[in-house]
Amino acid sequence: MTQTIMTVDDSASVRQMVSFTLKRAGYEVVEAVDGKDGLRKLAGAKINMIITDLNMPNMDGIEMIRNVRAMAQYKFIPIILLTTESQDDKKKEGKKAGATGWIIKPFKPEQLLAVVKKVLK
Amino acid sequence: MNGQEEAFKEEAYELLTELETSLLELENNPHDMEQVGRVFRAMHTIKGSGAMFGFDAIADFTHNVETVFDLVRGGEIHVTKDLVNLTLSARDHIKDLLDGHGKEDESLETEIIASLQALLPAPEPREGTAAGVIPLDSPEEEPDVVSPLQTYMIRFCPALDLFATGTNPIPLLDELREMGECSVTPHTENLPMLEDIDPEACYIFWDIILTTDQGENAIRDVFIFVEDECDLFIDLIDNDEAFDVDEQNCDKLGEILVKRGELSGDSLDKALEEQNLLGEILVKERAVSQASVSSALAEQAAVKKQIARRREAVQNTSIRVAADKLDHLVDLVGELVTVQARLSQKATMESDPDLVSIAEEVEMLASGLRDNAMSMRMLQIGTTFSTFKRLVRDLSNDLGKQMELTTSGEETELDKTVIEKLKDPLVHIIRNSIDHGIEMPDVRKEAGKEETGTIHLAAEHAGGNVLIRIADNGKGLDPVVIRAKAVEKGLMAQDADLSEKEINNLVFAPGFSTASEVTDLSGRGVGMDVVKRSIEELGGSIDMESQKGGGTTITLKLPLTLAIIEGLLVTLGKGYFIFPLISVEECVELPRDEAGKKSGLLNVRGEMVPYIRLREEYGIDETQPELEHVVIMETNEKRVGFVVDSVVGSQQAVIKKMGNAFRNAPDISGATILGNGSVALIVDVNKILDLRF
Repeated sequence: MTQTIMTVDDSASVRQMVSFTLKRAGYEVVEAVDGKDGLRKLAGAKINMIITDLNMPNMDGIEMIRNVRAMAQYKFIPIILLTTESQDDKKKEGKKAGATGWIIKPFKPEQLLAVVKKVLK
Repeated sequence: MNGQEEAFKEEAYELLTELETSLLELENNPHDMEQVGRVFRAMHTIKGSGAMFGFDAIADFTHNVETVFDLVRGGEIHVTKDLVNLTLSARDHIKDLLDGHGKEDESLETEIIASLQALLPAPEPREGTAAGVIPLDSPEEEPDVVSPLQTYMIRFCPALDLFATGTNPIPLLDELREMGECSVTPHTENLPMLEDIDPEACYIFWDIILTTDQGENAIRDVFIFVEDECDLFIDLIDNDEAFDVDEQNCDKLGEILVKRGELSGDSLDKALEEQNLLGEILVKERAVSQASVSSALAEQAAVKKQIARRREAVQNTSIRVAADKLDHLVDLVGELVTVQARLSQKATMESDPDLVSIAEEVEMLASGLRDNAMSMRMLQIGTTFSTFKRLVRDLSNDLGKQMELTTSGEETELDKTVIEKLKDPLVHIIRNSIDHGIEMPDVRKEAGKEETGTIHLAAEHAGGNVLIRIADNGKGLDPVVIRAKAVEKGLMAQDADLSEKEINNLVFAPGFSTASEVTDLSGRGVGMDVVKRSIEELGGSIDMESQKGGGTTITLKLPLTLAIIEGLLVTLGKGYFIFPLISVEECVELPRDEAGKKSGLLNVRGEMVPYIRLREEYGIDETQPELEHVVIMETNEKRVGFVVDSVVGSQQAVIKKMGNAFRNAPDISGATILGNGSVALIVDVNKILDLRF
């Protein structure tokens, strides 16, 4: 069965790159522009994994993760946080909110796929 | 990726416009933290996406601005007119870079960077990427160091709330498996009673024994996301530098458990006194759990294997000996084994205890000598495999296809004669795979496969046999095409009801070739039937599985050696016969009501098995015994019974070729001399069936 991954990022180019890479590897991709949009699109959908940016307007990545983990359907799905190296404490905070792992920006397509393979069965 | 570069540029221009607005706003209202946040995010996005799409210069430059605004956001630097001016000129420079000029303006860039850095609070140098945790170094950044194989014992105890972060431990274990030879033992002893179980908690922990050429850091990297949520112990239990060839140094099971602190020395001693299988005793005494024992045994096995592998490397000095000398040695040993069998029999008959003990010693020595002589003729199949790499490379170039040959099990040993005779059939099979199996790159791409096809050669031991598998991921066989071809060539009836597998196996029928055009490589009439015949001459069998569109796997089953077979000795009248033991499934008595029939069906625990009366087959008309036996054999995945007078037992038979006088008896593959000096004929079961059906 094809697995669906949601990419949440306010940067269209990052979304496009993530989406392109994942689609080429055979995943379905749902795009969202910020945490709020992501939550709205999660409801009623069947998403197997989320890759979210940290800094976003309206609702940032950490708050989104907290909200996602509160939804019974998404309590145990892998969630990956995109961060930059300067945000080590944010990484910890994300982890506490329920993030499965993180990818440090900038990253290359193959690194993205390696992380997806690591957390998504 | 050009579309993506465009997308990035477009987005960056938008961000720069937004940035300008925010900056101007900020100039009027320096404490507007929302605007500061916007500036930071814009820089952050430009930097992040820039690096991803290859605009490294932009990313590097923007990094400096982002750093400053991170501090502004944290309240460490205040917004001043200077800062706004500086940021505006930085913004303009980024725009120049995006437009594709600005490279000549290096002095401007350095100037801006210097001014920005001057704003940073004194000398706290930024932690570069080196100190940060970057789990995913791309492979080309890592130095290509070939490290020696090392064996690690890893204990991975996740925290109870592991699942709360959406972590699935299975992919992590899979990742370890990809790093090398790996055995995983789960421990379930922390599982509480059913009523206390929290279904969302992880109670299991794992012991992993991993032999890999990657270092401890690579192992830790696997667990990078969970390092704060688990106890991870990584212990080097064996490495190349500190090895000792002495096998005694390999830790005993008990010692491993004591070392890990799972068992006290006292309980170990106590258990040892009983001298039974240590693991079983310890588990029975509840000193340790079954999982701990399995895990320790896995460690022991891994270390032993590692030591054996090294010993092989150490002792890999060799001398060349002419092959016929070896053949002669094997012949002599064969004779010796026969004589020894006679000696044993004589000794038992004389019932002289001294003679019996001498006979037993001779038996031991003779069998040791035999095994030794046999192993001298054994060669690793790896050398043969490697010659095919060139073949695949050249042929794929000629045909304009892309393919790769991978191998496994190169260390599998086979009798020299078998290997020599195996080469031609293998070449033929591989050529077939390249020519008919693997598609042209564009066809593969259309079918959603990788453009490069793979052919995998694998060898492994399976009992007294060696299995060689040739698997390609090409287009596979099309049962419809094969069926049509077979009907056309008169190999099967138009309306015959055959399974897909049976149809695929028709390619082994004589005179079959599916390629519509004759190419340089195959389709010259030398078909798979020749391959099948040569494999069968070696005492092996061939089998094919194929999936249309998914590839073809051909499996060859070969005996380890041609000189000796394990046989089942039976009698028929006054004569002795030997069946190859590998195909014997079981022996049953022939029910009395079947005794009169020439052949028929026998009900073996609910399954109907056809049987053949060998007495009739060989025209033996001596008196029939009261009770006859049926030897059930499995051949070509069919079960067939052979009725014999009595079953004597298993026997190692040194095969002697039969002379030309016996060429009209194709169902006898050879003869052997028994301990009592009489001759037993070796029955070729496949040939009997071929002759009859």
